[in-house]
Amino acid sequence: MNMKYGLAFIAVAAGALLAMATLMHWERPPMASTQLGPRGVGMVWTQNPRTEAIVKSKNIAPESDPPAQLSGIKVKDSPDYQNVKVLGDLDVEEFNRLMGAITNWVAPDEGCTYCHNPENMADDGLYTKVVARRMLQMTRQINTMWTPHVQQTGVTCYTCHRGNPVPANIWFKNDGPPHAAGMSASRQGEGLASKSVGMTSLPYDPFTTLLAKGAQIRVDGTTALPTDKPGASIHDTEVTYGLMIHMSEALGVNCTFCHNSRQFASWSESRPQRVPAWHGLRMVTDLNETFMASLQGTFPKNRLGPSGDVAKINCATCHQGVNKPLYGVSMAKDYPELRVANP
Amino acid sequence: MAMLSFEKKYRVRGGTLIGGDLFDFWMGPFYVGFFGVLTIFFAALGTALIIYAASQGPTWNIFQINIAPPDLKYGLGMAPLKEGGFWQVITVCAIGSFVSWALREVEICRKLGIGYHVPFAFSFAIGAYVTLVVVRPILLGAWGHGFPYGIISHLDWVSNVGYQYLHFHYNPAHMIAVSLFFTTTMALGLHGSLVLSATNPQKGEPVKTAEHENSFFRDTIGYSIGTLGIHRLGLFLALGAVFFSAVCIVISGPLWTKGWPEWWNWWLDLPIWS
Repeated sequence: MNMKYGLAFIAVAAGALLAMATLMHWERPPMASTQLGPRGVGMVWTQNPRTEAIVKSKNIAPESDPPAQLSGIKVKDSPDYQNVKVLGDLDVEEFNRLMGAITNWVAPDEGCTYCHNPENMADDGLYTKVVARRMLQMTRQINTMWTPHVQQTGVTCYTCHRGNPVPANIWFKNDGPPHAAGMSASRQGEGLASKSVGMTSLPYDPFTTLLAKGAQIRVDGTTALPTDKPGASIHDTEVTYGLMIHMSEALGVNCTFCHNSRQFASWSESRPQRVPAWHGLRMVTDLNETFMASLQGTFPKNRLGPSGDVAKINCATCHQGVNKPLYGVSMAKDYPELRVANP
Repeated sequence: MAMLSFEKKYRVRGGTLIGGDLFDFWMGPFYVGFFGVLTIFFAALGTALIIYAASQGPTWNIFQINIAPPDLKYGLGMAPLKEGGFWQVITVCAIGSFVSWALREVEICRKLGIGYHVPFAFSFAIGAYVTLVVVRPILLGAWGHGFPYGIISHLDWVSNVGYQYLHFHYNPAHMIAVSLFFTTTMALGLHGSLVLSATNPQKGEPVKTAEHENSFFRDTIGYSIGTLGIHRLGLFLALGAVFFSAVCIVISGPLWTKGWPEWWNWWLDLPIWS
């Protein structure tokens, strides 16, 4: 073979590899792999133990406060506590312990006055107090009505808030940057590198469509060959793909953590993890429609999204890059008052 | 077996890499050589093992037969035969026969006094296979990362491995490989149609020559790479496609564990616009 061409080929290949190696942020072996399916199926979860250690350090559950020394007096029976609409059945000491915990979980820098008027703790003047009350009801709803998703681990305020008054991972309806409308509209809500869908160009707001009651997430064909019945449009499949990539990113897993991509829809070939995930999607929809939407009028304008909607929940709100939030540590077991049904 | 008139000229002694004159003979029209014997050995053993391993499986349906690599728990050690060991031995046989065949091609090239284009090209295919079943599994620390031997099962594996990285079309080397595969196909299409057109003129017209072929492409796209050049280009595109295919899988896992779309953040983070 003519040496010139062989060398040219090697030079081009080496140049391309060199450019890729110098410009970008590669990882390196050794990696840790977990087999997720039968051997040879390619369902594997490969993690970088070094980046995994960083994620672990960011998802540590704080120590729970020691259990309250019960006083025997219920909040609703004490004249010192007024306007307690959700937690009235708690023992006074239990109530104070929870209030302290909530402050640490949600507003550690701002303190009690983030929600309370120090002149009159019972005052509902601050919107944050009204929101917090509704969120307590939501927490109880999750821990009692959504056990198919949260199991016995449950959630507390910290699961989402992590010391932030507004959880770091929330979503608003996203119409995208200013764009043409009518006949000249062309973006179809996609085509940008969007964090919400793992930096793909898939539709950047899969939540508004698919985290709504009765939404049809399933787009897979059920027959090997096309039928006369029209299936889902390309756009619909991309919205679903976007939501699924959001789920993967939010949980720090890949598609094969739940699915065998041979047939995504097939439950018998899926991993059991797909079951809580399925309930999770319904849970998020319920929480957004029942709880977050009810606060539409409560939040001030600066807390609403660009199109004036209330902040909403998706998988990342709780999971924050980990398949079991806080690596499965149950904080709720130390706060049993968060695990009772709403009155 | 009858010999073609010009065949004698090619049946020359020497050029062997190993074994001297021992296997330097022909059986019928086929050159044997040391590597021919080795190829037959590995291919026969490997095929027999595939058939035996298939007989231990649940089906004889040619599409469904599946000889899978071991569980990840066996790491880089040997697995029991029926739990991936067959896959391991068959892999050794496959590499043995592929490499022997390439070296037999080298010996034939030496006998004919021609360049090593054919074994060079074949070595890219072997390289891609070895990358999949040896290099990447070693980098990831378990033979279980290899692909299963089965018509449908290896496709399922490809699909799932792609979805391990959320969206494989964002894999930069996959992009290059796919582009080269399409380009080599297009180049072959252009070349084939050109040759067929030149050699099948209208009734009564003489067969056209390379001069016509060059003129056609100079007229249509302003450039003709020429009759020799098209073959060099085809080889370059095809080998490039295979090479970057191997790159695209070997970087998936050992050098990147996240979704491929995120890899492109370096572009979004360029100081020009970020």
